Amino acid sequence: MEKMRMNVLICSGTGCMASESEKVIKNLEAIIKARGFANEVEVVKTGCFGFCEQGPIVKIEPDNVFYVRVGPKDAKEIVDEHIVKGRRVERLLYKDPKENKPISRQEDMQFYKKQLRVALRNCGFINPEDIYEYIAAGGYEALGKALLEMTRDEVIEEIKASGLRGRGGGGFPTGLKWEITKKQESEVKFIICNADEGDPGAFMDRSILEGDPHSVIEAMAIGAYAIGADKGIIYIRAEYPLAISRLTTALKQAREAGLLGKRIFDTDFNFDIDIKYGAGAFVCGEETALINSCEGKRGEPNYKPPYPAQEGYWGHPTCVNNVETFANIPVIITKGAQWFASIGTEKSKGTKVFALAGKINNVGLVEVPMGVTLREIIYGIGGGIQGGRKFKAIQTGGPSGGVLTEKDLDAQIDYDSLLAVGSMMGSGGMIVMDETDNMVDIAKFYLEFTMDESCGRCTPCRIGTKRMYELLNKITSKKGTMADIDALKQLAYMIKDGSLCGLGQTAPNPVISTMKHFWNEYMDIIKDVDHPQGEGRYVPKNKIGMKS
Amino acid sequence: MGNNVSGFKIIYRKEVRIMTKPQTISVTAPAEEEFPKEKYDELEQFIDGMETTKGALIEILHKAQGIFGYLPRDVQLFIARKLGIPGAEVFGVVSFYSYFTTKPRGKHTISVCMGTACYVRGADKILEKMKEKLGIESNEITEDGLFTLKDVRCIGACGLAPVVMVDDKVFGRVKVEEVDDILNQYRK
Repeated sequence: MEKMRMNVLICSGTGCMASESEKVIKNLEAIIKARGFANEVEVVKTGCFGFCEQGPIVKIEPDNVFYVRVGPKDAKEIVDEHIVKGRRVERLLYKDPKENKPISRQEDMQFYKKQLRVALRNCGFINPEDIYEYIAAGGYEALGKALLEMTRDEVIEEIKASGLRGRGGGGFPTGLKWEITKKQESEVKFIICNADEGDPGAFMDRSILEGDPHSVIEAMAIGAYAIGADKGIIYIRAEYPLAISRLTTALKQAREAGLLGKRIFDTDFNFDIDIKYGAGAFVCGEETALINSCEGKRGEPNYKPPYPAQEGYWGHPTCVNNVETFANIPVIITKGAQWFASIGTEKSKGTKVFALAGKINNVGLVEVPMGVTLREIIYGIGGGIQGGRKFKAIQTGGPSGGVLTEKDLDAQIDYDSLLAVGSMMGSGGMIVMDETDNMVDIAKFYLEFTMDESCGRCTPCRIGTKRMYELLNKITSKKGTMADIDALKQLAYMIKDGSLCGLGQTAPNPVISTMKHFWNEYMDIIKDVDHPQGEGRYVPKNKIGMKS
Repeated sequence: MGNNVSGFKIIYRKEVRIMTKPQTISVTAPAEEEFPKEKYDELEQFIDGMETTKGALIEILHKAQGIFGYLPRDVQLFIARKLGIPGAEVFGVVSFYSYFTTKPRGKHTISVCMGTACYVRGADKILEKMKEKLGIESNEITEDGLFTLKDVRCIGACGLAPVVMVDDKVFGRVKVEEVDDILNQYRK
């Protein structure tokens, strides 16, 4: 590899590609070549920098200058001014909205100051299509360490000690899951990576796969070694073409480098990974549904137990982990469980990636240590509400979660405290809403989503969500009565208690939490507010179906 | 056996008479629509080239949709025959996943992102405007066959919300007034 004087890093994640970053790359390369710098300046296509609001992003190393919203026409100025003459292009620097001063260093920006990048460590830093950049950044060291220096039990102990919990939303301790799968007596075991990111408005997993696919591959190999599997599957949405192509490239390179295949690191460990494509079904994020879909069937969930760890893919013990969970594994092995456990809160260790979107100034991908408050994310990293309007609510956990209001903004973010305030961690989607949003509409929006995505297997979810949606439709078209509100509440608890899988059990959450926090908005559009059978008449959950 | 496409049709038509309710699949495509034999050959080659077809139905359907553009009943039955499974099983999978379509697509596919991030920034209004301008509902094709309108769940460009995607081109921060301009670019 030739040594380069300067690297021009440019984001080529889906978000920035959508705003013409590809043309910027082409222009930069052409102009650099025309100026005769092709052998000392290299344009590097990286993964997502996270600051999607300001994309496309160009970062010049080693000068550490961060340009934002770079258009194809700006390429010439960047080359001629910065690369040739060494002068920063002030016009393209990020301006702090409060002080209106240009900032050139990433570290000085409010957006990045409070972040701690563990799972995203390589996103926006290396070229995801080059395995050697990943190796140079410390990649596959963890796999080597696990295979050569650690026993299978030691790997599991390390993950258990780190306190890592499933990042897909459930929060099940990862080490424990591995241990359970390892203990199953079976010749054949599987490890599956769940990359079926269905929450609309969340793009954490996609960004990791686009920006750092090898970290997931390496982690799967470590996991496979620990549980005793020799076959892995990555189940990914077909709607993520870029992530699929990066993964395919990465798998090919890993095979060529001998990091997948037979006798990895000259040990007895054999492992390879297949990609399976989803086809647009939200419920396939549920692990039993995902396994059915991997088998080429309708992606309907099964009763648990048996858990996938006992009987999964084609009946064999199967360990299913989320992309972000995997992305944390290699660092835990290299830096140690102690280091990882030192980050975060008592019961939630490490960091969490959130996709911050909606009515917020800095839309993007952020990674923060567990335990920061929502206020820090919204007003610190997120830069406050768009247009200076007033904050109203934030939805975490997507269609399965709930809304949180002003009074919950100082709650620490971790699995348990979010549950305690009536929402959930979920996979990491965060949608900010301002005073102009109507919460009944938002509840209806989410319900329409879950109604569409209900797989139809169990009755409470299939019919219940439909009925709830109809009631909400009636209410939002101002024809609703108090009786409808009662029915809505009753249905909500019935669906929660009666559904088979997580989709149904959490589907009513947006309605329940908007009713809790924004009761007055429901009342504003109800016809007979003074109806004597008002609020609170719903049947308590343990008495459903019994005569009162 | 696999090549005898017209043979399937005859069988299929016999079957259709004893069905209690006609299937909703492929209503807009005439049952007589003929696909060139090469397309079926390509699909057959793909299936024959697979190491195992166990659990590969979704992968095969992806390939078939890539070849034919959509999955009409003839293609579904072709796959069922080839894999030796009931046609209902294939249709069951096709109808389950929103990515698979049983209707032909227009020349251009307009996808209006209805992910949450786009929704709170006004994507519903964009979608309404699109429907009004094109005179169709979601998942329908315009009369001239030029556009298919789809509402999709998050294409992942949340920083540019609200987003409209026409084929592979992404339009970000779309305003209701711009809908006409976008459509006109493809109307030439």
